[in-house]
Formats: sequence, structure tokens, C-alpha cells
Amino acid sequence: MYKILAKEELVPNIHLINVEAPAVAKKAQPGQFVIITVDEKGERIPLTVADWDREKGFITIVFMEVGTTTQRLALLNAGDSLYSLVGPLGIPTHIEKFGTVVCVGGCYGIAAMMPIARAMKEAGNKVISVIEGRSKYLLFWEEELKRVSDQLFVTVGDGSHAAERWIPDQVKQIVDSGGKIDLVVAFGCTFMMKLTSETTKPLGIKTVVHLSSIMVDGTGMCGCCRVSVGGETRFACVDGPEFDGHEVDWDVLLSRQRGYQDEEIQSLQEWESRQWSRT
Amino acid sequence: MEEKEKKEKIPRQPMPEQEPKVRVRNYKEVPFGYSPETAMLEASRCIQCKNPGCMTGCPVEIDIPGFIARIKEGDFAGGIAKIKERNLLPAVCGRVCPQEVQCEKVCILGKKGEPVAIGRLERFLADWERSEGAGSIPENEPSAETKAIKEPLTGKRVAVVGSGPSGLTVAGDLILKGHDVTVFEAFQIPGGVLIYGIPEFRLPKAIVAAEVDYMKKLGVKFECDMVVGATVSVDELFEQGYGAVYVGVGAGLPVFMNIPGENLIGVYSANEYLTRSNLMKAYLFPEYDTPIIRGKNVVVFGAGNVAMDSARTALRLGADQVRIIYRRSREEMPARIEEIHHGEEEGLEFHLLAAPLNFIGDSDGRLTGVRCQRMELGEPDESGRRRPVPIKGSEFETECDTAVISIGAGANPLLTKATPDIQLNRWGNIIAEPETGKTTKKGVWAGGDIVTGQATVILAMGAGRQVANSIHNYLIIGW
Repeated sequence: MYKILAKEELVPNIHLINVEAPAVAKKAQPGQFVIITVDEKGERIPLTVADWDREKGFITIVFMEVGTTTQRLALLNAGDSLYSLVGPLGIPTHIEKFGTVVCVGGCYGIAAMMPIARAMKEAGNKVISVIEGRSKYLLFWEEELKRVSDQLFVTVGDGSHAAERWIPDQVKQIVDSGGKIDLVVAFGCTFMMKLTSETTKPLGIKTVVHLSSIMVDGTGMCGCCRVSVGGETRFACVDGPEFDGHEVDWDVLLSRQRGYQDEEIQSLQEWESRQWSRT
Repeated sequence: MEEKEKKEKIPRQPMPEQEPKVRVRNYKEVPFGYSPETAMLEASRCIQCKNPGCMTGCPVEIDIPGFIARIKEGDFAGGIAKIKERNLLPAVCGRVCPQEVQCEKVCILGKKGEPVAIGRLERFLADWERSEGAGSIPENEPSAETKAIKEPLTGKRVAVVGSGPSGLTVAGDLILKGHDVTVFEAFQIPGGVLIYGIPEFRLPKAIVAAEVDYMKKLGVKFECDMVVGATVSVDELFEQGYGAVYVGVGAGLPVFMNIPGENLIGVYSANEYLTRSNLMKAYLFPEYDTPIIRGKNVVVFGAGNVAMDSARTALRLGADQVRIIYRRSREEMPARIEEIHHGEEEGLEFHLLAAPLNFIGDSDGRLTGVRCQRMELGEPDESGRRRPVPIKGSEFETECDTAVISIGAGANPLLTKATPDIQLNRWGNIIAEPETGKTTKKGVWAGGDIVTGQATVILAMGAGRQVANSIHNYLIIGW
């Protein structure tokens, strides 16, 4: 059950795993996620499906080590199994021919953006991909994204690779240099998506974002992932995770994402101390 | 022995339980259950009516006088077998059924004194069976018991969606009728609301696991991590060869109050609060990874069983003060009297005739208080209960760091949205024929909370029983 078939550390702290899950692989669409649990005592966390192989029956997940669950996940190797994996959940990203679509992906979101860019391209769009990392060594899948994009821009915060800028600056530059954008699709950290949305709003460019709230069941049962969009409470797990970035109440989202910050630190310390005692 | 005189004198036997002060700081079950001696004494109170009212009060029509007579004789194995003719989840029902409004309500002894403690006796037999290991069946080898009760195999496959009380009942009934039954569960563990909703101190999870294990031994297959409507569709189940599909997905949609401040950190739906604590065992954090806010000052809105479960969970998580805030009066509280009583013993405070207006938070987005207003009761509404009417100028503020909204749960639309040929009513509940549970989609049945809205475990089981009969007829005869 949910055997890890392959594992690779793409860049420091960002890992790729292929997990056996035939039923999920058969159904997965761009923008959807699964909820995984590492072991019996583990937490349920949502992770975006970055790719799938319907024939071989596995899905690809790319995740960043940030807390206890992702650290423990990173310690598993090919041959190990996950305790639980359920999906595909959430409404798939809306794909159609919009014209020119700018796909922006930051950090672990680069992987999640991959199937979206591919599907947008297949739907006949001109696809401009923009990826972002803090530094050159944190970037991955440049070649892969180039293959499914008409144009690829790379941005890094420290100027170590390409231009020293962030995603929102790049989007603005595309517009400033006369590019017409019909849609921006954003995947990555909340702060990047917030800034991107704030940049495109005055420019009148429709922007969809993929929200990563804290979830428990992922099927609309508990309401933990609720976000405020256009003044209404919506559940990221079943009404999203894709929403209109100009309507999202980013402050509520950022605050709710910090809801268990103290517990997360405590959990991580507890877990790390248990690791030390083992060696 | 002067039987007659003795019968009149024996009072209803109380069940020993943990002291409130002790139990409020642990997750162990509150009552300990009857000893064999007490059970036999209590059973001797039953006068074995010719036309027993208690059986008509039971949604699954257990032969109540039959099992009680066997307890009285000390034939516990016979007693549990009698129950299992009609109910495969006695350890659950003996604990969570509202017997006071069902079997015990119509017990003839209740007319003048106190009714026979039917629920406690049912629980006793189930616990006796589990502790004796009599319920265990050797692996790979059907026991005499299952051989005797199982009918020949039909080769028909049935998919049961949801492993809560109604799904387990349907599965249990149909496996005994010889069908090939698979239960699909969205969570990682089967049991539905028995696992995620009802707390350990009221229904130990080992008991649910034991009842599920018994089902497995009878031949029921369980597939967890399966969200029907996402991982697989209802139509795909038919394509895979299932001849009938039962939808018993429960009341899995939290109801919020749509008041300002509801998205503050510290405001929970009862579904989330209980799922974190029960399914994910957040009360054992950090041994278990899932956290829960351990509020010191907790308010719970609503006064049903789920509200009591939430409030008593808050106490066990270490709260100093837990208040139930309810917009009607004590008389209208929907919770079982026993639950309210247990909660009061443990120190819950009841603030009646008050309703929240908005939540108040700090600059970090954390809950710090709630503004409420007082209510008075007006004319009865559609539900027959007197409608709460706000009293002008009665607004007040009170501090709290955690709030649990427990004002009911709706129908989760995940499966029904993905299956548009199943018709729904205006609340999103599935429309099903009352007698059979048939939906508007051929080959699909529904029952339990997804049809009725949030109700009790035993009503869901009663619905499951009817559905199982209807599915059986369909598989053998036709729609």
C-alpha cells in the first residue's frame, strides 16, 4: 500500500517521491492534491500532485521539509510505504484556451505548476512560465518547464542565476515590455501568491492562485481550511484550492496558516529529541 | 424464593463509574459496566411481558425480553447470540443509544417506577463476549457461529459507501445473507462517526475496532482512504461489478453561524474539534502529530450530544472553564439527559437563552472573546420548539480562547455533486423512499444522516436494516 517507488532530493530540502497509488493516478488532474499520513501517529497533510503515470499506477509528489510530517516523509526511502494516502482531492485547475497564460511557480510550487503549464499548452495557450527561488541552487525542472512553455523566465532573489528579482517583478516586466497577459496562474508560497495578486490587480489581469490552508480530512467535513474569498467563507479543500487571487483575504489566510505555530515547533523539537536518543 | 416480592423490591441497578474529578482529567470510559451479578440482578427485574413494548421501541427490533431472560439464567452466550440476531453492534448501541426515548421509554416498569436498564444489559453482554474472547473466530476458518448464521453465497457484490453505523449495519446484514460486501471509507480507519465523532471516554475506539473486526471475520471487506465521488465514482463501482451501492456517508458538513470573526484562530467546528481529538488523537499530542488548541476558557455553542462531547473533550484537554451557550432553555436541549448529567458532574457550565453575535480577536487573529445577546422564548417554530427571540439591549461580552460551534451538521455534497442523477432535497440530503431507502438512481440506496440530517446512531442502524432488506430483494428479485 502506497509504496514509495522512487525518491530524489531535487534541491536541498525539496524532495520528489513517486508513490504507488493506482486509483489516484487514474483520476489525478492538474491542481489536485492528496492527503497523506506518514504513520499511524502522523498528521494528515495535503500535498499537491505534481505528476502521475496512469499506466504504471503511481503519482509524483514534490514537497519541502518544513515541519515534523515533511521531515519524517523525507526520511522514507524507496521501498518504504506511507500509512495513508487519499485523493485526488480538490477541484482541478480550470484549463481552457485563454490566450496567453503566465504560469508562476515558486519553490516547491514549481513542481505543482508543471502539469498546469503542460495542460495549458495542450489547450492551445501561449504559455510563459516564471519560476522563482531564493537562490540558484534552489531551482529545479528548468529544462522540463522549457519543454512545455513558449518562454521561461527564471528569477532568483539573490541574483545568483538570472535577474535579481521576484515573480511579481517579472510579471510586471512582461507587461511593461508590451506583453499581453490573459491569465496568471500561481502556485507556491502564500506570500508570493499574495504579492503576485497585488501586482496584477491594478493591471486588470485575471489571476488564479492555489491556496494551501491547513487541512484535516480534505473532503469538506471539518472546515479547518476555510478561507475568505470575496467576503464569503469557502473551503479550500472542496471549493478550491484554486481561487481568484484578487478576491482572497490574504491576511485571514496568513493568520490561519500560523494557527499552530507553537505546536509545530513543539512537535518538531519532540520528534528531533526522539531521533537523538535513538543514535 | 419469593420471586414476586423480590421483583418489586429490586431497584434499577446503577452502573459504577469513574468519579467526576478523576475522569475529567483522563480519556478513559466514564462508566465501568455491570458485573455479572449486577447484570443478573437487573435482568431479574424484567417481568417478561407477553407483548413487550420495549421491542417496538427499538429501531432494529432486538428480542429484548429474550436476551434479558438469558442473562437472568446466567446464559450470557445465549443472550449475546439473541442480540446478534438483530444487531451486530451491541457494544456500540449499549453505550450510545438513547434508550430513554426508545426501548426503556416504553418498558412497562417505567409506568410506576424505573424501567429495566436495557441499554446497560446490552452493553454488559457485548463486553462479556469481548472479554471472554467468545466473539473471536479463528482466522481463515469460519466458526460454527458464522457457519450457522451465514446463508449460502449469492455471488452478488454490494458496495457500501461510508463505514459509520448505517453502513456497518447494511454490510453486516448483507454478508449474513450471503452477498459479497465491500465497505468504502474516506478516512484511514473504518467506523465513521463512531471513530471521528464520539469521544474515547464515551465509546472506546478499541470497541469499535472489535466490532469492525467481527465484520471482517464474517467476510466483509474494508477499503479505507477511498473517497467515493473523488477516488472512484458511483458509476465506476457498477462498472467494477458491484450490483448495488449503498450511500451512508453521514452528516459530514460543518454548519457555521456566519457571524463576524468566525475565521479567527481558536474557533472550531465541532466536526474539526472532535476529528482532531478522536480520529487523530490530538489529546495525545505531541506523541501523536496532530495538534489541537488546549484552551483554558472554552465556549461551546449548541446543546446536543455533539456539543456535550465537545465540551467534555475541552475539559479533558485541560480547560479551567467550559461553558455551553445555548439560545433556548434547558427543556429544549437536544442532548441525552445522561450526557447533560455527566457533563454537569464534570463541571460544565450552562448559559441558557443566549446566542453569539460576533467573535473578538487580537492582532494575531486569535480568539479572545465573544459578544452575545440574551434571548427569550416566543411562539413555537416548525420544529415545535419555542423560538428564541433576542432581547433588545441585552448584549454582553465574555472572554474565551477557544470556541466550538456545535449547532448541527449538514449534508456533505462531495459524493452527490459527482453523482447528479441522485436527487436531493433543498437541504442537500438525498431523497430516499422511506420504506426501502431507494434513491432516484437505479441500484443506489441511501440511509442514515445523509438522508435524515444529523440524528442518532441507532436510527441510522434502523435505516440500514430496512435498506439491507431492500437491497437483498433487489439482488434476488429485481428493482
